[in-house]
Amino acid sequence: MPNFDFFVNGRRVSVSLDNEETPLLNVLRNELGLVGTRFGCGLEQCGCCMVLIDGKPEKCCAKPVWSVAGKRVVTVEGLGTPEHPHPLQTAFLDEQAGQCGYCLSGILISAKALLDKNPSPTRAEIAAALDDNICRCGSHNRIIRAVEKAAVQTRAGA
Amino acid sequence: MNAPEWPGPLNENPTLARWVSFPASGKVAVNTGRVEIGQGVLTAMAQIAADELDVAMSRIELHSGDTELTPNEGYTAGSQSMQFGGVAMRQACADVRALFLDQAAKVIGCPASELSIRDGSVLRKGAATGQDYWRLAAAVDLNMKATGTGKLKALGQMQHIGESAARLDLPDKVFGHSIFIHDMQLPGMVHARVVRQLNRGATIGAIDEEAIKRAAKAPVEFVRNGNFLAIVGGDETAVDLAAAAALNAVSWQNVEAPTALQAEASSLQQQPYVDRAFGAPEAGEPQGRQRFEATYSRGYLAHASISPSCGLAEYRDGHLTVWTHCQGVFPLRSALAKALGLDVAKISVHHVQGSGCYGHNGADDAAADAAIIAMRMPGKPIRVRWRREEEFVYEPKTPAMIVKVRALLDEVGKPTDWTQEIWSPTHSKRPGAGGVLLGAVALPNPMPEPPPNDVPEASGGGATRNGEPLYDIGAKRILHHLITDAPVRTSALRSLGAMPNVFAAECCVDELAARAGQDPVAYRLSMISDKRACAVIETVAAMAKWNPKEPGGTGTGRGIAFARYKNKAAYSAVVVELAVDLEIRLRHVWCATDAGLVVNPDGAINQLEGGIIQSASWVLKEQVRFDHGIASFDWETYPVLKFSEVPEIDIELLNTKDEVPLGVGEATAGPTAAAIGNAVSHALGARIRDLPFTRERIMASLLQA
Repeated sequence: MPNFDFFVNGRRVSVSLDNEETPLLNVLRNELGLVGTRFGCGLEQCGCCMVLIDGKPEKCCAKPVWSVAGKRVVTVEGLGTPEHPHPLQTAFLDEQAGQCGYCLSGILISAKALLDKNPSPTRAEIAAALDDNICRCGSHNRIIRAVEKAAVQTRAGA
Repeated sequence: MNAPEWPGPLNENPTLARWVSFPASGKVAVNTGRVEIGQGVLTAMAQIAADELDVAMSRIELHSGDTELTPNEGYTAGSQSMQFGGVAMRQACADVRALFLDQAAKVIGCPASELSIRDGSVLRKGAATGQDYWRLAAAVDLNMKATGTGKLKALGQMQHIGESAARLDLPDKVFGHSIFIHDMQLPGMVHARVVRQLNRGATIGAIDEEAIKRAAKAPVEFVRNGNFLAIVGGDETAVDLAAAAALNAVSWQNVEAPTALQAEASSLQQQPYVDRAFGAPEAGEPQGRQRFEATYSRGYLAHASISPSCGLAEYRDGHLTVWTHCQGVFPLRSALAKALGLDVAKISVHHVQGSGCYGHNGADDAAADAAIIAMRMPGKPIRVRWRREEEFVYEPKTPAMIVKVRALLDEVGKPTDWTQEIWSPTHSKRPGAGGVLLGAVALPNPMPEPPPNDVPEASGGGATRNGEPLYDIGAKRILHHLITDAPVRTSALRSLGAMPNVFAAECCVDELAARAGQDPVAYRLSMISDKRACAVIETVAAMAKWNPKEPGGTGTGRGIAFARYKNKAAYSAVVVELAVDLEIRLRHVWCATDAGLVVNPDGAINQLEGGIIQSASWVLKEQVRFDHGIASFDWETYPVLKFSEVPEIDIELLNTKDEVPLGVGEATAGPTAAAIGNAVSHALGARIRDLPFTRERIMASLLQA
């Protein structure tokens, strides 16, 4: 049984799988118990499964686990916790940015990738960065406001 | 003597213990038949219970949509959760509080009028008494019927109702915790995918089991009952691979598939229908009167929930337990009992949150799939998660509709007689309400398709919803041609027929205003005496700085529209500003809504914003395409509005301290669609009457202009 070693949220993990094509998403959810990364389409279209791989936002629902061997994966669980929330998580709660909330894990990851690259994004830049994520409930404006707010807070704290 | 008038759900579930109990020291169990579908209903219910019971929100443990615990409130649908469910919850809690005050008065030996409750503790003239809900609970029997006599809190006494409490479920969603049904893990659980019967009556020809097993790369097994075929295994990736392979490895006979042409609303008029009529009797047209007639349409839409449906089931010791994200656990239980030949007492159905549903999507069917498989594999918890393509293809579609408006006008160009003639299939194929469970249709000897019907008028109607505008018009009538043989399964999507009906009526009102040479805002106000309607129209015009003199045909435009949802829920008026070249760019949307008493203002605004954005997405982008089957099967073939396409939105709530809450979740669907239609017409100087507003339609209208 092939073995795959990589890092998830700073922790080294090692998984043994018969099928090396198993999507990273299934490994996270079913092998590692990290269900925060959600299944939306399995087609790399909706962004529910967005994670950071070596710092870059990538959809992982069709990404074979072998392709992340040795790499650093960050999931929504790696952003923060209720005790130590990431500024984005705080801002999303402050702005009540969500309805069903199914898309939020992926959106938080895309937003984190944006702020890492561009600490002062405009509204248009935020919207463009989130165009890879679908929100069906219509929480878009709240989400954009939350990212703006997190950017301000991150800059103030930096 | 007449029975007291209680809110509906309390009549149907009068036992107070079904609503409230005090299980452990310091906690209050509050049970609602309403379920969380992304709309924030659980937070609002907790606010209501906290106020009427005088306890802190943090003490409340909510249970929702559970056949073993909660009241049966049918479906969580129709923007009725606050208007009916919330009102029932208020009364039930007020009754419980009154019973406890009576008991406390007995124990303390004073009149109940001297007592009050603060965070569950009984006070006498403001001083502690040592009594509280939990000490008194043993002596208060809540297994009694509601009396409806508990006094509701007056507006000034409420601490939670009317406040924008933070959503209780949002932290779990922001921190990526396990909260969705998709996240559930039961001991010994196995994964399953269904090889879907292509249509009712389709039969399995050959199954290349070896090809499917090879594709799975891990052990899978088959469960077959008639033309119901499922693939089950311990590894989710394996069942996914097997299910994908099965699309080619299983052959079907007796296949019927809708044609490309049938995706167009225009095809409805060639299909068989039965006629229904409501409102004023048909009148002959008097000589010499001006008349106006215009026909509007919309194609089939998908719910397109962000996650495909999921259902879990376990059949153990003769009892079936089902977990589902559907909108009605009790109706699903009844439908499962019929489909599986089980007694309802042998079935428990528990609601667990899924992604936003906006109506009857695949949730019930996924739960039924899991149940059918579980019955064949006793003792094994079964998890079915539909594939994305499966959800798009097999979820019920909301009907295509044609709405022809015919108005007779007086000498100043105002309508005196109004007919909305509607061609539409049914808006309800919910299990137990005119529909069947998809998986059950594939079983041997399936139940026949129920005769065609639509949502009753008393529940707001389906295709006829908002088919009569609220304006002061002498005679209004609806003629509904109920299409009896639609090419696809159709059912409820947010606002049902209200979106096409309001789109048609409110675009038509703008066309009439233009003929009369009047400003659309002034024209509307001159035709409506309902003060709350006038207030939302005037407010939204002020918010948008509406200017009647803004020239049209410049490529940018503004439009207004108004409706009262179902003519009995929230009033909403919307102004849209947009630009059109080859496509439409929404710039700004303003909305004024009167939903009466609002339990959670930020929650209501969130719902209104969501309704505006979803409706905008329907209007600008969405139509389910057919091509030898459903050709809209993923997010590329069924695109929806993206972040960069969403306009800024401003919302004002009016009259929030009214006594009565009015349903709000669907209120903006119709007005948004019509306001976009009117703004596009203003921008182009030409009218597009068919949805969605595709590039082809924009081009065609420019050529006509």
